[in-house]
Amino acid sequence: MNLRKYLKVYKKFLHTSLASELEYKANILVDLITAILSLVGSIFLLSIFFQNSGYIGGWKFEQALIIQAIYTILNGITNTWFNPNLTEIVKHIREGTLDFVLLKPIDSQFFISLKKLNPSGFLEIMVGIFLLFFCIRINQINLNLSFLTLSFITISCSICILYSLWFFISTTTIWFVKTWNAIEVLRSFLYIGRFPLNSFSFSLRIFFSVFIPIAFITTIPSEVFLGLSQLWKILLEVIVASVFLITSRKFWLFALKFYSSASS
Amino acid sequence: MVQNIIDVRNLSKSFDISSKEPGLKGTIKHFFRRETKSLKVIKNISFEIKEGEIVGFLGANGAGKTTILKMLCGLIYPSEGSILVSGYLPFRRKENFLKNITLIMGQKQQLIWDLPPIESFYLNASIYDLDKFEAKKRIKKLSEMLEIDEELFIPVRKLSLGQRMKSELLAALIHEPNILFLDEPTLGLDVNAQRNLRKFLQKYNKETNATICLTSHYMKDITSLCKRVICVHEGAISYDGKLDLLLKKLSPVKEILIVCRSEEDAIKLENSGFTVKNKIKNEITIKIENNSITSSLKSILNNFDIEDLFINEPPIDEVIGKVLIKKEYDI
Repeated sequence: MNLRKYLKVYKKFLHTSLASELEYKANILVDLITAILSLVGSIFLLSIFFQNSGYIGGWKFEQALIIQAIYTILNGITNTWFNPNLTEIVKHIREGTLDFVLLKPIDSQFFISLKKLNPSGFLEIMVGIFLLFFCIRINQINLNLSFLTLSFITISCSICILYSLWFFISTTTIWFVKTWNAIEVLRSFLYIGRFPLNSFSFSLRIFFSVFIPIAFITTIPSEVFLGLSQLWKILLEVIVASVFLITSRKFWLFALKFYSSASS
Repeated sequence: MVQNIIDVRNLSKSFDISSKEPGLKGTIKHFFRRETKSLKVIKNISFEIKEGEIVGFLGANGAGKTTILKMLCGLIYPSEGSILVSGYLPFRRKENFLKNITLIMGQKQQLIWDLPPIESFYLNASIYDLDKFEAKKRIKKLSEMLEIDEELFIPVRKLSLGQRMKSELLAALIHEPNILFLDEPTLGLDVNAQRNLRKFLQKYNKETNATICLTSHYMKDITSLCKRVICVHEGAISYDGKLDLLLKKLSPVKEILIVCRSEEDAIKLENSGFTVKNKIKNEITIKIENNSITSSLKSILNNFDIEDLFINEPPIDEVIGKVLIKKEYDI
């Protein structure tokens, strides 16, 4: 793979996406307001849960806010990259414009995963980062190199798992054509990621760890921030993320063999 | 000797198609138990195309023309048989193969809707690994050939269909491919835009010696661009050869309207042994076979007092229409 070429193409993707989005200024403003209101609503909901008891599943309110901050960052990444690109796959397949992607001398997964970008998602990421720094302060977290490395690894793994889940569902469009509902179901499950995993019953904890690995997406990175995480959990998250990423790649290449293109 | 750039041998393609009975009962049945059957849409076809050739694929809707083009450019896996395009197996979609080909579809677009076409051209240039200087040079050259200028800087959504199609062509040709697959490129365009597009394709073929495979329902596209046609009927090839031979075979006679000086002359002509289609006063329409047209006209002009004369070619659409419903032509 020619890295220089891919960087050059990605730079063009960024440029064209920003230029397209900036054509609609009002939309960006509405997205910013939505991101702030959504965060305020989530914190309010979280504070209601903690009203009667100082702890939920062994987590204090201040600690649970870290999960909310990581969730907001990941949701921002979803809205910036995954949502605009991976929902476009459905359109590409229904309308047959995937033909143009497949006939370009560039990796098709790279193209359809990164071509578009929604700049208003950046605002959500920034709001999440701001909340995370606030949490680091109120929880008196000591910022050292090992902590920063582990946080980076676990958050990167969360992004990989999240991307793979989205990509996997979007790829099934090649057979089922309409899979929009499945994406909405996934989004609903991801809302669960705003709360500590220990606050759920044992069976739900198993479900959200094994079948839809929400636990790996927000809880483990948050535990790293609080110094509560064990090494085996971090290693497990790295393994899960790698398996998800490799499987999504293989699944895409397999699915392309069944692509029949839309009729003209 | 000109080499074959496309070589297709015993190619077949089957699709699994599900069918549904009408009404609510049929819908419920279809939801729970979908009945699918395998439909062979391309049936054991073979042909070669030489470098620099322009070949038209003719056939009714659903005959299999687009499926053939999509297999040639590597979008669809063939069920049986072999295809070699420029020495590559298309469905492997190797980088060097993709740099050699392009697909243009009249009803689908790749340009970024909210931005001017120039942005899509530079994006494509980076995908094909062209530097900025080279991209600029090619955009200038192609925009001159296509006669577009200001349109390059206007958002695609505000362009007319003709301007958009020219921009689509430029985006698809920026990497200077030597094989062009065109699926109804003039669809929906007005007559002037169609003519301009044809002029451009002729020029592009002449200047670059590119091979062009074209499907179109506009017969003017076929007659002005293609010397050779491949007729597809229900997934099989019904004719592969020169277009003029096919036309001669399908319309062996010409109709000639003769205006005589007097009605007596017209009556004399009517009784002179020619096949008469109709006669109104001093005007008479006769049918003459293509191979005897010169001698027949000479004899008419020598023996009758003629005021005027018109030779009518049968409408090309009518002639080609016969191809679409016939299975085989032995020419």
